[in-house]
Amino acid sequence: MIIGVRNVTKRFGAFSALADVNLDIRSGELIALLGPSGSGKTTLLRIIAGLDWPDAGEILFDGVDALTRDVAARHVGFVFQHYALFRHMTVFENVAFGLRVRRGRRRLTEGAIRARVKELLDLVQLGWLADRFPNQLSGGQRQRIALARALAIEPSVLLLDEPFGALDAKVRKELRRWLRKLHEEIHVTSVFVTHDQEEALELADRVVVIDKGRIEQVGTPQEVYDNPVTAFVHAFIGESIAIPITVENGLVSHRGLKTSLDCQGAGNGQGTLFVRPYEMDITATGEAAFSGVVTRIHGLGPARRIEVVLQGDGGVVELDLPRTTTVSAGETVGLRPRQFRIFTSPS
Amino acid sequence: MSLAQPTTSRPTTQVPQRTPRTEPAWARWLIIGVSVAFLGTFLVLPLFTVFQQAFSRGIWPYLEALGEPDALSAIRLTLVVAFLSVSANLVFGLVAAWAITRFEFRGKSVLMTLIDLPFSVSPIIAGLVFVLLFGAQGVMGPYLQAQDIAIIFAAPGIVLATLFVTFPFVVRELIPLMQEQGIQEEEAALSLGASGLSTFFRVTLPNVRWALLYGVLLCNARAMGEFGAVSVVSGHVRGETNTMPLHIEILYNEYHFTAAFAVASLLALLALLTLVAKSVLERRVGLDLSR
Repeated sequence: MIIGVRNVTKRFGAFSALADVNLDIRSGELIALLGPSGSGKTTLLRIIAGLDWPDAGEILFDGVDALTRDVAARHVGFVFQHYALFRHMTVFENVAFGLRVRRGRRRLTEGAIRARVKELLDLVQLGWLADRFPNQLSGGQRQRIALARALAIEPSVLLLDEPFGALDAKVRKELRRWLRKLHEEIHVTSVFVTHDQEEALELADRVVVIDKGRIEQVGTPQEVYDNPVTAFVHAFIGESIAIPITVENGLVSHRGLKTSLDCQGAGNGQGTLFVRPYEMDITATGEAAFSGVVTRIHGLGPARRIEVVLQGDGGVVELDLPRTTTVSAGETVGLRPRQFRIFTSPS
Repeated sequence: MSLAQPTTSRPTTQVPQRTPRTEPAWARWLIIGVSVAFLGTFLVLPLFTVFQQAFSRGIWPYLEALGEPDALSAIRLTLVVAFLSVSANLVFGLVAAWAITRFEFRGKSVLMTLIDLPFSVSPIIAGLVFVLLFGAQGVMGPYLQAQDIAIIFAAPGIVLATLFVTFPFVVRELIPLMQEQGIQEEEAALSLGASGLSTFFRVTLPNVRWALLYGVLLCNARAMGEFGAVSVVSGHVRGETNTMPLHIEILYNEYHFTAAFAVASLLALLALLTLVAKSVLERRVGLDLSR
């Protein structure tokens, strides 16, 4: 199913949770809403589900207005952050719930319900837990049951709120891979909310980066990582070195010191220069953009992490250099970025 | 390579049992003794006396006292009043707890405070309120007389007074549980296609059933035992508006000790049964809360 979000605005009192949000979700894709807590991502998910209503704007399901329909009529599978399994029902009854509450012609026979629940429990590989109660399951098992329960109604879209948020690191990784595989099998349009960029980048076909109720960027994981379009996206996704700079008539300077870097067409004003830690080289001070003093060298992996205190403002930057690099603490070095991005706001 | 030597087992020495507490034994026994003696003197002994007095002339006078028409009528009235006030509080309790835990509205804290009012108001005031409202000299008195409706000095007044004093029991049990459980399960049910009514009966109600039953039990105990408020509105008409506590008082004042204690023992027995049921339920409610 195609989902259209058009100019959606939502306020909670004086707090603006969503400001004029527009988004198109394609059929069959797995899309991540990524942002820090309080960015409005869960609110957007709940509005799509019909658990909250926007103050203004439209939600379209296959081009048809969905706001006139309540959550039950929208036919969405919603997986809650804390699973919200029915605590007084067995795993079997939890999964069967959506089938048992059907009325009229869509009602299934007991045999059909049993067969369907068994099929779903097999799909999430937890058939052997059918007679347990939710409080007898581990977090990862609960999560998979919640998913099976949501899938029971054959939803046109699957919405997951922080699906792995409450799990420990190891289970989270396993479940993430499992969910990806499951999505490839059943191909239902899926939207999940997360604050964990690693999760979003690994799992999603496309990532929607949200901050303060606005969409900053929509793109494939590769796109948002390689070509961040705003300072927020660059800082939020992946590691970044951020150096405050000023652009004046195409010249980039750092605390009054000229850098000889290309301003990338940025307008005059204060701004930030972003570099990935592994895209900053150490050079002779003469041809460098910045210079500073090495204060610390550490790291056991393939790269060495070097801490440099910048000349000008004493800001600390951390860069990754090959193990073969020979610098020592106390040395004055020049820094030159290979790849970088400049974002300015007019002053 | 040397083989690991089996460790020779040494004779285990008995370690003296100690606790990190510092009270000497005599202090522990004193503290336990005082609390047991206190409970014994002020709770167990009086209760025992009730039964001892009730059976002091043997089993026949006991049964006779209970089988007497006025006693039977008092028992019947008590059961009817308890049933009605429990039913009303069951519905009201669910509705009020729902309103308080699910909606944000102006005056919510006032409502919360009002629910507790019967706990802080003396039962005699609870009775007087209804006399002033529905009595012959009361606000609604002339109108009710014209319609030939009797509330004060009749069963409806007793039900109203009992309702007033038992108001908080069910709500008080439900609110913390419903707050703790939140609305996510209900949202989940709705998203799975359940109607509002279906969600209530399949999810909300089963989740609070033990707390609800517990509240009902407390409410029932109070409804059967209430004396003060009921005494004001009842008018003490024998065989008509006497509940068990009122009947006991009359018998006692008329020096029918055996009969008084016989009825009292029945009331005490009901209270003991409630206590057992309550402690069983408490465990279930605790389980629900901890889940």
